[in-house]
Amino acid sequence: MAEIQIKNVAKSFGAYQALHDINLTIADQEFMVLLGASGCGKSTLLRIIAGLETATAGEVWIGGRRIDHLSPKDRGIAMVFQNYAVFPHLTVFENIGFGLRMQKLPNDEVTRRVERVATLMHIEQLLKRYSGELSGGQRQRVAVARALAMEPDVILMDEPLSNLDALLRMEMRAELKGVLAESKTTAIYVTHDQVEAMSMADRISVMHQGRIVQAASPIEVYRNPSAEFVASFIGNPPMNFLKATPAGDGKWSVAGQVMDGPRADRPHLQFAIRPEDIQPAEQGLTATAKVVEPLGAHLLVTCEVDGSLFRAVLDSDMVVRPGETLTLAPQADRVRWFDPETTKAVA
Amino acid sequence: MTDAVASDLGADTRKPARFLYISAVVLLCAWVIVPIYFLLINTLSSPETVTSFPKPFIPEFDLGSLTFFAGFAGILTALKNSVVVAGLTMIMSIAIGAPAGYALSRFDFPGKGLFRLLILLTRAFPLPLLALPLAVLFIRTGLDDTAFGLALVHTTLAIPFAVLITFSLFSGIPIELEEAAWTLGCTRLTAFTKVVLPLILPGITASAIFAFVISWNEVFAAAVLTIENRTLTAFLLQNLDTSPLHLKFAGGFILVVPALIFIFAVRKYLFAMWGIANR
Repeated sequence: MAEIQIKNVAKSFGAYQALHDINLTIADQEFMVLLGASGCGKSTLLRIIAGLETATAGEVWIGGRRIDHLSPKDRGIAMVFQNYAVFPHLTVFENIGFGLRMQKLPNDEVTRRVERVATLMHIEQLLKRYSGELSGGQRQRVAVARALAMEPDVILMDEPLSNLDALLRMEMRAELKGVLAESKTTAIYVTHDQVEAMSMADRISVMHQGRIVQAASPIEVYRNPSAEFVASFIGNPPMNFLKATPAGDGKWSVAGQVMDGPRADRPHLQFAIRPEDIQPAEQGLTATAKVVEPLGAHLLVTCEVDGSLFRAVLDSDMVVRPGETLTLAPQADRVRWFDPETTKAVA
Repeated sequence: MTDAVASDLGADTRKPARFLYISAVVLLCAWVIVPIYFLLINTLSSPETVTSFPKPFIPEFDLGSLTFFAGFAGILTALKNSVVVAGLTMIMSIAIGAPAGYALSRFDFPGKGLFRLLILLTRAFPLPLLALPLAVLFIRTGLDDTAFGLALVHTTLAIPFAVLITFSLFSGIPIELEEAAWTLGCTRLTAFTKVVLPLILPGITASAIFAFVISWNEVFAAAVLTIENRTLTAFLLQNLDTSPLHLKFAGGFILVVPALIFIFAVRKYLFAMWGIANR
């Protein structure tokens, strides 16, 4: 059992507050992704869990044991770094076995475990090589194998795929997910790549300015963003926002169209809809097409609605010319509303 | 500096510029090599040839001068003293300089910039200025005329370089390597001995050799602070006006050669110290 509990963790670097009162529980064997733009505090949080950084306040518990005062080696964690951190003076075999040798395991046990994870990561033919003789992808495999060989309670990964090229990244993504699921370790994975987050995570914690804005399953984060930031950060192209004014009795006026909305007593709301949840229709929002981008599978149309930017992902068979006026209907059950003052979702 | 100017000219394909470039290179090389070559010729000639005129341009490979040098009273003791002092300097400057270089590259502390400047400033005071107070202090503490005392002075001379070279060495090793070692079961100390040390050992060796050479070549402090236990440089200086010509040449040669070989061996790291990539 390796449940991770982060209780009221805060971190400041001098006057700069990098993390504000973080509370998060990660279940045993869960794959948790910390997602956010650079500088949001996601790596700092990971490094606090690893023990490479000291929290200014708060507690970290792993498997019912408080570990924030322990040094990294006593925490039952293993870590994969963004730049691999494969030791250049050791062979691949000795790299993977490094942690096991530190534990003073007998030779045959080290060999057995190194060979097992090397096979798992498909690097068994590289065991005699040095890091200088490996490609980036191979080094990444060594780094992951080295972490797995420790058979840790928790494996921490700091943007492990961001130095790989796009194709390799996609391949490694699927492979990592499979290997980690099989190893039954709890995993925390830091990334700024929302595709990685969506495709790998059991749960995503979206971070912004040192806070966790939403922690939920990928589909929940995508469909029901809890705040405007999540709505605009997740999804490519991101969610569309339009200003809505009250039209009485739970109805709201959006760009001249009256729609059903929440019964909220606010002077304004933000109407939000994903670009792919928009269909051309007889009745709807009046949009002027500005840029038309055929993407093969879809047609991405950037338009202007009520003076704001508005993107629609339409069927690729449609013919749209720039300057044309379209009538676009948002799919009613996919419409979300946000309070512009708190930026939080309004039901 | 000269390197940059030279390559600028080299990029220019106009003939006069190219001529100027080549002559400058030849001149600079001759400036360094010709005296060393004369030294070599005279060292490898018999004492008679050395004092005669005109001098040959090809060495005779006569070991007469060197044999005479080796047999000269006090020379071997002086040579031994030189090695002892240089060895002590090497050990002390690495023992003090390397941790300082590590701290500079890995930790942020108040006054870091000032500290780096101060390290360089230790070279700002000319030794003759310090010689009298140093001599007095050494006589009072009983450090005068000892290998250890002289090595202390040489260590102060070598430390700025030891700190700067090791600083750049440590900075060249990503902190993630150490962090990875910590997460794999190392303490700060074992991570250092198992990961950092093997990686910087060649550089540390270079830095140690450089300290050795600094001490080996130093003459002023050696001449002032020692009387009985003279190092080779001080000994030769002392006997400069009384000794025969071939002894001077042989002594000069014995001094120059180890320094040259060592510097050549560690040139890569000295370039690294100044932030110039080895080309």
